[in-house]
Amino acid sequence: MKQLLKYMKGYEKQCVLGPLFKLLEATFELLIPLVVAAIVDKGIGSGDGGYIVKMCLVMVALGVIGLICAVTAQYFAASAAVGVSARLRKAVMGHIMGFSYTQIDEVGTSTLVTRMTSDINQVQNGVNLTLRLLLRSPFVVFGAMIMAFTIDFEAALVFAGVIPMLCIVVFGIMLITMPMYKRVQAALDRVTAATRQNLAGVRVLRAFCAEDRERENFASQTQALTRRQLGAGRISALMNPVTFVMINLAVILLVKIGAVKVEHGVLTQGLVIALYNYMSQILVELVKMANLIITMTKAVACANRVQTILDLEQDRAEGESVDKIRGEIEFRDVSARYAGAAEASVEGISFHAGPGQTIGVIGGTGAGKTTLVNLIPRLYEAYQGQVLIDGVDVSVMDAQKLRSSIGIVPQKALLFHGTIRDNLCWGKQNATDQELWDALDTAQAADMVRRREGQLDAEVSQGGRNFSGGQRQRLTIARALVRKPAILILDDSASALDYATDAKLRQSVRNMPDPPTTFIVSQRAASVRFADLILVLDDGQLVGKGSHDELMETCPVYQEIYHSQFSKEVTNHA
Amino acid sequence: MRKKAETTALHKVLVRVRRYWAGLGLSLIMATVQVVLSLYIPILVGKAIDCIVGQGNVDMARVGEYLFGVALCAGAAAFAQWIMSITNNRISYRVTQDIRNEAFFHIQKLPLKYLDRHPQGDTVSRIISDVDTFADGLLMGFTQLFTGVMTIVGTLLIMLRIHWGIALVVVLVTPLSLVVAGFIAKSTHSMFQKQTQTRGEQTALIDEAIGGMKLIRAFGHEDAIMAQFDDVNERVRTCSLKAIFFSSLTNPCTRFVNSVVYALVGLTGALVAISGGITVGNLTSLLNYANQYTKPFNEISGVLTELQNALACAGRVFELIEEPAETPDPKDAVELDRVGGKVEIRDVDFAYNPEKPLIQNFSLDVEPGQRVAIVGPTGCGKTTLINLLMRFYDPQEGSIHIEGVDTRCMSRKALRRNVGMVLQDTWLKTGTIRENIAMGKPDATDEEIIEAAKKARAHGFIRRLPKGYDTQIGESGGNLSQGEKQLLCIARVMLSLPPMLILDEATSSIDTRTELRIQKAFDTMMKGRTSFVVAHRLSTIQEADVILVMRNGRVVEQGNHQQLLERRGFYSELYTSQFAH
Repeated sequence: MKQLLKYMKGYEKQCVLGPLFKLLEATFELLIPLVVAAIVDKGIGSGDGGYIVKMCLVMVALGVIGLICAVTAQYFAASAAVGVSARLRKAVMGHIMGFSYTQIDEVGTSTLVTRMTSDINQVQNGVNLTLRLLLRSPFVVFGAMIMAFTIDFEAALVFAGVIPMLCIVVFGIMLITMPMYKRVQAALDRVTAATRQNLAGVRVLRAFCAEDRERENFASQTQALTRRQLGAGRISALMNPVTFVMINLAVILLVKIGAVKVEHGVLTQGLVIALYNYMSQILVELVKMANLIITMTKAVACANRVQTILDLEQDRAEGESVDKIRGEIEFRDVSARYAGAAEASVEGISFHAGPGQTIGVIGGTGAGKTTLVNLIPRLYEAYQGQVLIDGVDVSVMDAQKLRSSIGIVPQKALLFHGTIRDNLCWGKQNATDQELWDALDTAQAADMVRRREGQLDAEVSQGGRNFSGGQRQRLTIARALVRKPAILILDDSASALDYATDAKLRQSVRNMPDPPTTFIVSQRAASVRFADLILVLDDGQLVGKGSHDELMETCPVYQEIYHSQFSKEVTNHA
Repeated sequence: MRKKAETTALHKVLVRVRRYWAGLGLSLIMATVQVVLSLYIPILVGKAIDCIVGQGNVDMARVGEYLFGVALCAGAAAFAQWIMSITNNRISYRVTQDIRNEAFFHIQKLPLKYLDRHPQGDTVSRIISDVDTFADGLLMGFTQLFTGVMTIVGTLLIMLRIHWGIALVVVLVTPLSLVVAGFIAKSTHSMFQKQTQTRGEQTALIDEAIGGMKLIRAFGHEDAIMAQFDDVNERVRTCSLKAIFFSSLTNPCTRFVNSVVYALVGLTGALVAISGGITVGNLTSLLNYANQYTKPFNEISGVLTELQNALACAGRVFELIEEPAETPDPKDAVELDRVGGKVEIRDVDFAYNPEKPLIQNFSLDVEPGQRVAIVGPTGCGKTTLINLLMRFYDPQEGSIHIEGVDTRCMSRKALRRNVGMVLQDTWLKTGTIRENIAMGKPDATDEEIIEAAKKARAHGFIRRLPKGYDTQIGESGGNLSQGEKQLLCIARVMLSLPPMLILDEATSSIDTRTELRIQKAFDTMMKGRTSFVVAHRLSTIQEADVILVMRNGRVVEQGNHQQLLERRGFYSELYTSQFAH
């Protein structure tokens, strides 16, 4: 929370002036009952019509000044709130951009999106309302009390007595109901979960004729929700009646004391009316304050959630700049693990790949294939051993520069909203059309793009949903090829392609004029079979290293994988 | 158009509120009591003040009397208000509970055609957040609209009784604050729209960038995205500032109008008082009423927008509730008990979208115990066949018969009880492992459950879990591996083991050794049963009695392995590309 205050910097003026003008407005409001008292005592008392007109004009003038002050205050509050939230969003976004893969895994994308959007919006609301009301409401409440004291000390004691009691009631009810509302929220979350689950599993649930039980379960969840809502509602429903009774009791006391004082000539009738008016003002402000406090607690909670993101340390991954990379790669006894994981994802990996070679990486789910290839562009860091590119340890290289010579095709074929050209230019900011078409050709995607209306300028919807899985994969491969990388990493990126296209793709990468050192990660033996070097991973260990023929002789895990995919008779066919 | 939609939504809401008429009546009575009493209090205070004229001229006895009246009124008004709030809570929470249940129950009857086409998030937000907004609006409407109107009418009557001339001044001037508020609301509407739109744009960008953060980092694309973000962020800042600032003018402006009204009442009132038309106490009451009279106007305009919003949300929920349900099962539905597993598909035409025919004129005879393999590239429509067999969808033409009975003449439940289904998407529900296995047979004994798990080769890993069969599974299966989840799905079917099976043996996300285990479980299950298998493994395909080769949603070839190879068509092309180089 405290660190968030630094995003207020530059808005000090607004943060001070906003509440100040609000206070001015409140001050003018507080003067009104005095003016009314003057009208009653002097104007009506002496029958002076001119005086009354004058005083009413004073009231209107006070209103005008109040309006000007309020508008100024609203402007300062709004601009501070909006400015702070824009800055905060930018800071958080920039911060997230520096997260390592490990951190992105840890935090999770959906949380990050919520924090960037609804949480920061709540903070904005909180700042806005706080600047407007935080000083105003207490000021009016205590101002009314002080004004009462200037009128009459004993009568004002009623204020001094009732204000703390009102505070106790208002805050007491809030304190009691806040945890109750949290439980209401939890019950609502369960209703949400039940709905989501039912929709996600609709086929299975219907296949098992489980609709009736689902209905019962849902009805009991909504029943529980209603019960909690009613419980919380019963208590918060007390707030208004109780404060109403208290204020009225105070009024009774006030009039009573006033009556005695007027009888003794200490007070005038008009002043009693003024006291009565001050009491009414307090009631209005208390309700506002209760609302403000709810918004503020929400905003603080959200601000803290945003802060936890900003507190995560960034992975800067800076280092020496690198020249042109040839693509020679060596792993020396490399181990890596995900943050928080007890066991290493890959352990003791050593191998050497020459420039332009094709390296197959095969193994079951969770064997560590993706971790291994992600070590090359420094997306994850090894905690033991060295990853060398052209003989230089990657941990001393500038990650940004290093990554610019590597083409990565991740498992999940993700495209961004924009045109095909926008997406391909990720690989190279100002690539020519020819370069783009070359890459598409190699990726076996040129025909598909040619058939689209607009070709390179065809629209890509968010996530690339207007393309089929196979088309998306080929486009992501083309994207990686546009920059003519020295190293190409295909992380299980042909899984949605049929075998024939997959084979053609591998062939055309090989035939590129300056072929990159290519890593093919796959579960399919057919995809890695013709690699120069195949790395067989099992549970994070390198259990086999060599060509297909060598591994068929020596590596039982490889044999097992191979045979589970090619039954023996088919092998004979081939 | 919009007005009409609103009135029909309102009508539907009223129909659902009707059952709570007794509560509603009580709430109205209590609201009236509360308003009348709390309006009477200023009159009493005014009368008391009238008894306090000046030094030595105070009627203490009558002051006491009036103040006692104030205490009584305050107490009774507070009590009425409390009863009213509680009743309103009860009605609006019950109504929302009813509507939620109604919507959820209706979903159970909706055709998959609807559910497949509508994003899950959208349906969830209708049942959850739309109903919530609606509940808030309803509650606010109940509590504030009625008391607001009552207060306005009440104060007006009282002011007229005290002095009609001054009351007239109030009545004439107050609409000004409504006009001001309305003017501000109207002119800020477009700013809010702009804000919503720009915010939406920004959220889309954030969503996309954070979802693809790994990719952005891998490609070193951070600066380009950041530039894009800065641009949107700045635009959001400017249009939010406009929207927030201009809309926040409403309060100060209406407050100003109110203070003008107050001053005018003060002026006319005081002048009338000089001429002896009213007492000072009356003037105090008038000033108070002038304040009270203007306040509900602001509140009501707030309530009205809130109600409009609530009705729009209610409309979205009703849209869901009124979505046509599946064609109901026929009254005289044939109840199949145990069937042998003979399936005939007769001249079936089917399309998800009438403009794009998928399956045309498709026929197939399957004898009890036969194995049908369905092969083809990803996205070729293999699941369509599953959809038709399970009657998740019905064909447009032709029919499917089981044991000679048209499936449309059976109840869906009877049909589905006879078909076991294991999908590639290993969905498990939140609950214990035991509950998940017993999904198709809730009254299964522990022995039966363990037996099923053993047959599915799941018993081993379940036993190793910390709480065995009572281990809780989180949403979407949480802590289990993909393979383990699949084994549980198999155990689920194994428990009731119906005569027909539909299996999607896709194992793309499972490593080959777990796959072998799953395969064995599948084999146990399929023994002697009519089965439809979306096949990925060659052994399944070769052993199948019939292979359906699908491409672009159509069955292009049909026959056994040998026949299809000899035909040298699409199947043989697929086969050679996959298994020979």
